[in-house]
Amino acid sequence: MKSLKALNHPLSRVEQEIAVLDQPVEGKTFEGFLQEQALFPLKPTTIDILQINMGKMCNQVCKHCHVDAGPDRKEIMTRETMQHCLEVIRKHTIKTIDLTGGAPEMNPDFRWFIEEIRAITQTAAIIVRCNLTIIVANPKYYDLPEFFKKHRIEVVSSLPYFSAVKTDAQRGEGVFGKSIRALEMLNAVGYGVADSGLTLNLVYNPSGAFLPGSQQELEQQFKKKLADGYGIVFNALFTITNLPISRYLAYLMSSGNYENYMEKLVSAYNPVAAMNVMCRSTISVGWDGFLYDCDFNQMLELKVTAPDSQHIKDWNSEQLHQREIIVKQHCFGCTAGSGSSCGGATT
Amino acid sequence: MKTYYNPEDLKKFGKIGEFQKSMADKFFAYYGEVFQEGALTAREKSLIALAVAHAVQCPYCIDAYTVDSMEKGCDEEQMMEAVHVAAAIRGGASLVHSTQMMNKVKEISM
Ligand code: SF4
Ligand code: SF4
Repeated sequence: MKSLKALNHPLSRVEQEIAVLDQPVEGKTFEGFLQEQALFPLKPTTIDILQINMGKMCNQVCKHCHVDAGPDRKEIMTRETMQHCLEVIRKHTIKTIDLTGGAPEMNPDFRWFIEEIRAITQTAAIIVRCNLTIIVANPKYYDLPEFFKKHRIEVVSSLPYFSAVKTDAQRGEGVFGKSIRALEMLNAVGYGVADSGLTLNLVYNPSGAFLPGSQQELEQQFKKKLADGYGIVFNALFTITNLPISRYLAYLMSSGNYENYMEKLVSAYNPVAAMNVMCRSTISVGWDGFLYDCDFNQMLELKVTAPDSQHIKDWNSEQLHQREIIVKQHCFGCTAGSGSSCGGATT
Repeated sequence: MKTYYNPEDLKKFGKIGEFQKSMADKFFAYYGEVFQEGALTAREKSLIALAVAHAVQCPYCIDAYTVDSMEKGCDEEQMMEAVHVAAAIRGGASLVHSTQMMNKVKEISM
């Protein structure tokens, strides 16, 4: 399996994606829904979270990946850009630094970056979105659980289901087995274990063209199945709705599910979730240092509307606080049902 | 091709109140309450609905509760087992009536 970019797929070009996402769904637009709630233009409330995409390189090529990540993607963040991120972390009160990718651990400066962040702040939460299989991909990664523990990293990992068939169908052959091995290694150093203070959260996202069910109920099922079947423990399950972007969009279109899925998202619109969308408290940094409202807008190359603060080296808090968040039809994914964000349901 | 069943009609279910509003409102309020988490979980109820949908052979309900079961975290094996429960009860319901046939046979035989 290759990335859409390597395949030269039409949807690897953002203009094509945006052309699709600019189409109203049964005459309805996300902007229109926000207008009805007097939420348009959508404005941030705070900037608590800095989500940093350390690169598109990944050891997996999941079918639903909104980053279009994979081993064939060479875009990764340089140490120089990380230095700019450190400057921002030093000067501004950022509560959470959320490292994502691709597989952020594949960036050669990953460990250096975390050490530098911890040298600046002992209190900020640092999240690593770890795909699990990277831990067992190569002996040089075997000590990642220890490294995470040393720096009190919160580990957030995807596991779309508690069985091999469904997990492998979405994330690739053999991924479930490797993920279980990695979870065992994380548990062994205390991650997910009660009272250890080491947080291990799992992410569930549907393997197909349907929405996630109740986060609470799925968490109970996951806890039971993983404990009974494999002796695995974890803290919380985050349910995340797949947004119609990149490879998931390509899947929806090629399987003939696009229209139905969009109608489903629209009919499940939840006004409370709209008030809590994550872009209102996040800035997302791209591998090349440009700033976005969220990781999805980043993949659509929709830079923040703050005219003199579009790159991490030009960070201007005032402009970022006053910006208007760019919304399109993909945003319906964040407001369906109980809402969806990188931290799971929002209501 | 014209058929009696059209998948698009499923979306119109909520509009049956156009012809008789008060009964529809009562039905949907009841329906909503039935499927809420109670002594049974919402997931268990979804699987029961899926099995019943097969028993009454309603294509709309099969469509809706296949999706709903998947959203509630059921996998294919669980869903197929639910359908087998429906099949076993339907088959069993036929077969258990064979006792009447057997009774009758015995009644009228030498
Ligand atoms: S979803 Fe995550 S693990 Fe899968 S290809 Fe994308 S970045 Fe890699
Ligand atoms: S997709 Fe991004 S911009 Fe749109 S609502 Fe979700 S977080 Fe906000």
